[in-house]
Amino acid sequence: MKPDMTVNIAGMSLRNPVMTASGTFGYGQEFAEYVDLEKIGAFVTKGLSLKPRAGNPTPRIVETPGGMLNAIGLQNVGIDAFIAKKVPFLRTVNTPAIANFFGYTSEEYAELALRLDSIPEIAALEVNISCPNVKQGGIVFGTDPKCAFDVVAACRKSTTKPLIVKLSPNVTDVVAMAQACADAGADALSLINTLTGMAIDLQRRKPILANVTGGFSGPAIKPIALRMVWQVARAVKLPIIGIGGIMNATDALEFILAGATAVQVGTASFINPNAAEQIALDMEAWLTKNNVGSVQSLIGALEC
Amino acid sequence: MQFKAMILSNAEVSPGYWRMRLTAPQEFAAAKPGQFVMVRVSGTIDPLLRRPFGIFDVAVHVPAQAGAVEQPCFDILYRVVGKGTAMLSALHATDLVDILGPLGRGFELGSPTEEKLIVGGGVGLAPLYLLAKELVKQSPVRLFAGGRTRDDILCITEFERLGVECYVATEDGSLGECGLVTEALVRRLDLVQGQASIFACGPHGMLNAVAGIAEKRSIPCQVSLEGYMACGVGACLGCVTPGSNHSTETPDFRCVCAEGPVFDANELGWGC
Repeated sequence: MKPDMTVNIAGMSLRNPVMTASGTFGYGQEFAEYVDLEKIGAFVTKGLSLKPRAGNPTPRIVETPGGMLNAIGLQNVGIDAFIAKKVPFLRTVNTPAIANFFGYTSEEYAELALRLDSIPEIAALEVNISCPNVKQGGIVFGTDPKCAFDVVAACRKSTTKPLIVKLSPNVTDVVAMAQACADAGADALSLINTLTGMAIDLQRRKPILANVTGGFSGPAIKPIALRMVWQVARAVKLPIIGIGGIMNATDALEFILAGATAVQVGTASFINPNAAEQIALDMEAWLTKNNVGSVQSLIGALEC
Repeated sequence: MQFKAMILSNAEVSPGYWRMRLTAPQEFAAAKPGQFVMVRVSGTIDPLLRRPFGIFDVAVHVPAQAGAVEQPCFDILYRVVGKGTAMLSALHATDLVDILGPLGRGFELGSPTEEKLIVGGGVGLAPLYLLAKELVKQSPVRLFAGGRTRDDILCITEFERLGVECYVATEDGSLGECGLVTEALVRRLDLVQGQASIFACGPHGMLNAVAGIAEKRSIPCQVSLEGYMACGVGACLGCVTPGSNHSTETPDFRCVCAEGPVFDANELGWGC
């Protein structure tokens, strides 16, 4: 018998637990040639801001053993162009599209949440709180529980769609951040975003990235991500979307055991554009082989 | 498209430069000059990302065994610069590699009446051979190949066999003229009085100089760029380059992999 791969996140029913991570899958259309978008659970679009953003100078990416650093600088088309040019494609795909977004003040976040709330093609919102708060001396929203609470509460007031908060791992206590977001009305948490890192060119005595530092992703970060998902899942009663270095079905299932209800595949899509689809297929095959009737029965089923 | 290719040959053509021939599915025969492939060097996580390479040639592979079917094959020309390309150079015939491609926007061949001037710096010659093969069908073609030393001048005989007239310049004078390849390009342009179009690929400094020469004479000029990229399909936005309207206030970034790698020189912001 085919195992039941469906999961439920904040009222959204997904055909399987595999999503694509924001910033690694464009606006969906870029990958349509390589992936059957109707074989994955959901896809998350590139982070949106109110105004278009140019992003950072190049080099913007560099590979390191088992991972990569990126400092794209949140380049995106802005909400207006998103609605005009990207949303029509979303209409053609029978898979939930989740819009990731960010701002530099709580008011910007709230305004974006309000505008996205009115787009029927958007199934849920994922708020990136790893941005500096320009009104509070540039402190990153997602590294201060009070700031995080305020920004999530502001978004919550602006939308009735499922609200997912994407947590930064660059914090002392990820559980405190998760709790603050839950208290502010988040429906689900996705973690982890990239870890801040850097790479140096010895001969030139210069940083490799034009931005000096960047976000570290890829298989090298998986142990950290697993630990954070496990910690948050034990402490906070919200569905969790596990992210961090997932390259295959084994990785994805480990996150589910640690307490994630769903997962997001990021860097792996750069290497294999159909990684998310393949991972979903392979997860189903693992369940069949191991006589597990439903993927939901594995959520948080870690024995320790 | 994504496919598993079998390596047919992999040989060093000049110190540090390699040429690899790989099998491809039927659809690959439609690859355009200037397009590129993303190669997965190994199945492991180090190196993690694919590496982009221009398509040097597309040909037909006729297997030696009796009764075997012909199939397209293609060549990449690459320089060993780091771990990924070093591993690539260690692969052998019959090894399999995962390929994504052909990707990106290739060259426009332009009007047949003009003389076609191809300018390549070092391994920048990689996407220009397939282009030359197409161009010689309709126009006179000249190649201007430049490099630091003779070792950086690649595959000239192949171009000559197409009937392309080749000019070589090296910075140390070890082959051809001593100096920059752009000097020979300017001389030719003076002679043909602007009735030409330019196609160039190579280091950024060379492309910048070529674009300047073309602009001054109002000659059409297409350049093929390189970029650090993770995906090759326009998603990671790692490989962007400033467009002609770029400024800090009004940013105009073009994606090398998806909008390029070939651009009209006028589209780009050279001073940015």
